[in-house]
Amino acid sequence: MYPADLKYTNEHEWVRIEDGVATVGITDYAQKQLGDVVFVELPSVGATLKQSEVFGTIESVKAVSELYAPLSGEVTEVNSDLTNHPEAVNSKPHETWMVKIRLSDETEAGSLMDAEAYGKITG
Amino acid sequence: MTQPETLKKTPLHATHKAMGARVIPFAGWDMPVEYSGIVNEHMAVRERAGLFDVSHMGEIEIAGKNAFDAVQHITSNDAGKLSIGQIQYSALTTPDGGFVDDVLTYKMTDEHYLLVVNAGNITKDYAWIVEHIKGAGDAVAVNNSSRYALMALQGPKAEATLQKLTGVDLSAIKYYWFATGEVASVRATISRTGYTGEDGFEVFVPPADADRVWRAILDAGKEFDVIPAGLGARDTLRLEAAMRLYGNDMDEHTTVMEADLGWIVGWKKTDFIGSDVIKRQKAEGVTRKLVGFEMIDRAIGRHGYDAYVNGEKAGVVTSGTQTPYLKKAIGFVMLPIDATANGTEFEIDCRGRRAKAVVVPTPFYKRGRAGL
Repeated sequence: MYPADLKYTNEHEWVRIEDGVATVGITDYAQKQLGDVVFVELPSVGATLKQSEVFGTIESVKAVSELYAPLSGEVTEVNSDLTNHPEAVNSKPHETWMVKIRLSDETEAGSLMDAEAYGKITG
Repeated sequence: MTQPETLKKTPLHATHKAMGARVIPFAGWDMPVEYSGIVNEHMAVRERAGLFDVSHMGEIEIAGKNAFDAVQHITSNDAGKLSIGQIQYSALTTPDGGFVDDVLTYKMTDEHYLLVVNAGNITKDYAWIVEHIKGAGDAVAVNNSSRYALMALQGPKAEATLQKLTGVDLSAIKYYWFATGEVASVRATISRTGYTGEDGFEVFVPPADADRVWRAILDAGKEFDVIPAGLGARDTLRLEAAMRLYGNDMDEHTTVMEADLGWIVGWKKTDFIGSDVIKRQKAEGVTRKLVGFEMIDRAIGRHGYDAYVNGEKAGVVTSGTQTPYLKKAIGFVMLPIDATANGTEFEIDCRGRRAKAVVVPTPFYKRGRAGL
């Protein structure tokens, strides 16, 4: 059920790595747990992220959750559409990206899960 | 999520599981938090109708020749204003004028009252009531919470839906009145009450019949697209309507006047528990008060976040959310009295970031069709 071309984290983010740049969003499982998303707070372009550190927050009607950087690097783009359309996270979680990160250490990607492994932990 | 065996279950628990609700622990109960999503359920109630299981709420009955005196002594509102079949919002008060709980008082007969109390307070309330009606004479309290299943059908299509299932003329039941009869051939008490700011009914039935009535209401509501709803939407709906939530917006340490609920005090009735404090606060004013706010900056002020007035920590957000219908971030905040005038700007510490908010009049939402 999870797209095979993406990688996944324990914190329920998905990652697509192309040419040293990681595109990051949250998974269908995560959006279901959160419920209706109303705010997404993202870092500025140029911010330096470290793997596993908090880089933003996502708020649903009922709760606030942290977003964790799946990999280290520099933010090259943020999805500004989310300011006005945070609900896209619910309707199309695997197509709605949040940030793009130019990776500083591509070997970190070895710690990510594939779709099958991620499907197992979300049972 | 783990579910300790100690969690209580309503008579509709299996129904919720079977119908695909997301069920979580709440106030000691395993309750449906959402069915199809908070926003969807919230909008359904505002535009059509939604059906809630609120069987976790408690029912404590007080009966006897002096039941009226007992109720007058323990609650703030004037039960003398009630006719048989009528309901009032009230407070079970502490000697300091605070809330043991907020309750609905139903007058069943001249010698029989029923209090609907909050789920998390049933044991505490019952012990409190038993202890404090001792001096009233002939009055006994019985905790009948397990003898009722309670469901709330809320929204503009509530009456049309429920009328299909009952011979009781629902249009004759006024707001905050109740009638007895049958719903889906089950003996029921039907009250025109709710916690959503919308027209609607709360239906008390025997637990064994709860599943049948629940399904019958949803079937009857199909033509109006009536849907089941959970506690998540119940919370956003009540907040839009500026209805307070015990344990969030007030508790034993918040007085009735600080909660800005002077309208549930019977000013002319005989003394009740805490009435001296409440009357003094009415005369002299309070030092802090619960008011509504709206966010100015893009953020949500949530329960427990600190409020700052002129840069000083001065109060706390008691409830806050992004409301699905009004599409604004709103809430209740307890502020020093000098900062409670409408239009007063203040700041809320939203996880380390100060966000601007402003005091606004409540309710945030008021339904269009008045005059029930």
